[in-house]
Amino acid sequence: MLKIQNVHKVFSKGTVNEHYALQGIDLELKTGEFVTLIGTNGAGKSTIMNLIGGDILPDKGRIYLDNEDITYEKEHKRARKIGRIFQNPMLGTAPDMTVEENLAVAYSQSKKGLFGIGIKKEDSEFFKKCLEDFDLGLEDKLKTKVGLLSGGQRQAIALLMSTISTPKLLLLDEHTAALDPSAAEKVMNITNKIVREKNITTLMITHNINQALKTGDRTIMLHKGKIILDLSGKERENMTVSDLLKLYENNSNDIFDNDRMILS
Amino acid sequence: MTLILGSLHIGLIYALLGIGVYITFRVLDIPDLTADGSLTLGLAVSGIMTINNQSILGLVLAFIAGCIAGSVTGLLQTKFGIHPILSGILTMSGLYSINLLIMGASNISLIGKESVFKIFEDMLGGLDKDIVRLIVCFVVCFVVSALFILFFKTRLGLMIRATGNNEHMVKASSINVDFIKIFTLAIANGCVSLSGGLLAQYQSFSDISSGVGTVVIGLASVIIGEVLFGRRTVTIGIISAVVGSIIYRLIIALALQSSIFPSYMLKLVSAVIVGVALSIPTIKKSIENRKLRKGGI
Repeated sequence: MLKIQNVHKVFSKGTVNEHYALQGIDLELKTGEFVTLIGTNGAGKSTIMNLIGGDILPDKGRIYLDNEDITYEKEHKRARKIGRIFQNPMLGTAPDMTVEENLAVAYSQSKKGLFGIGIKKEDSEFFKKCLEDFDLGLEDKLKTKVGLLSGGQRQAIALLMSTISTPKLLLLDEHTAALDPSAAEKVMNITNKIVREKNITTLMITHNINQALKTGDRTIMLHKGKIILDLSGKERENMTVSDLLKLYENNSNDIFDNDRMILS
Repeated sequence: MTLILGSLHIGLIYALLGIGVYITFRVLDIPDLTADGSLTLGLAVSGIMTINNQSILGLVLAFIAGCIAGSVTGLLQTKFGIHPILSGILTMSGLYSINLLIMGASNISLIGKESVFKIFEDMLGGLDKDIVRLIVCFVVCFVVSALFILFFKTRLGLMIRATGNNEHMVKASSINVDFIKIFTLAIANGCVSLSGGLLAQYQSFSDISSGVGTVVIGLASVIIGEVLFGRRTVTIGIISAVVGSIIYRLIIALALQSSIFPSYMLKLVSAVIVGVALSIPTIKKSIENRKLRKGGI
């Protein structure tokens, strides 16, 4: 499904700030696999996401999606195949447009022609049905401006937008980190539901080790631009947070120094 | 009566400019300074074509020429990464030479030529000249507004609104943001240029300096409209730009007639109106904050 081959990325090459963000990443995701990605700050998690999403291009290596080389494909073109949600709920939705209009923009990629009517009646009904499943009361707010909704509701709409025409790959960049605990849980439940129902291959960054181990079916840990842990199956099921921290210290010869990850 | 009719004519002609400025300034959220050049471009193209007895074709070509000018600004902004305001200034500045090239002189007269107004005056011979002019201005303005209102209900229209609101999300929805921006700047400037084209045939002359301060006039129309209608949907926005343009002309005509200020003060007054109107939200906020500071417990 997704295949990352020997990918390297250096930032600010040749300056004092030179930073080797990724040093030869090899990673393969099977169809329908839900992988969580953890690592300390600067480990290269977001860099991987941005390379797959097309914000930045790798210095070396290749990225394949469904056997198609997307390494250098333009960002908006690969967006058709890749859905993305970011930490900041403001990024995924247009605040001055209604819920319905936001969804229609995302839905337009599955339709042909630019001059068709923007929102047809059947579209509205389809959106309503999708939102009912979320159980957030959004189905009655189709005509409400998104800017008036809470962060959790906005993030739920962003999720629906990026999966409304099923993508091949879903990238989640700490998409619940900016929400309060109860909203975060709701959004996580919706995420699980959508990913399982539509069988979307998913890569999720999280700072919460507990969540990383419980969500999805595989956990990968990055350290200084390299993959140092790849857990799945039984081994992962029996893993606790403290076990993982020990493994981390052994594999990286470094002490885990991120309070946010340990305490959450 | 002549004062009101005259203001209606000019107001409806400049309403097209208002619509163009509304589209870039409010919908796309890019202040586009190309308008100063593209209005004159419309005057030039339509003027030359009218002299050659092709007034209706002249209006069509004025629109197309404006679209090209807008595309240039759009290309500079997107493909070459130049600051939006500077891109507009560059195109506007370049257009000054282009306009002189088209006109061949800094001022051309269309008196006695077959303008669209003349064509319809001959066709509707029984009617008063001013009424015919009003009908022509109204029909053109109505058709253009209606087309834009319908256009913003299409998928592409939605994408344009989304681009002005959150570019990031539009990219994530697999839409080419650069194309959307270039396209929008093109149609908006086409509309501005059409406004100039109609103006040239109405006043029977084209002058190279007609475009000075155009953006400010357009903004004034948009803002006056918003004061009356509020900022709501795009449909209301387009209508309010038209109404705003007519009211702006009435205010100016009344002020000039009652000699409140001499005509050379026109641009300054317009600039002050726009400046004040745009600063109202911030001033309101700071008054509120001051009240809170004084009355807070």
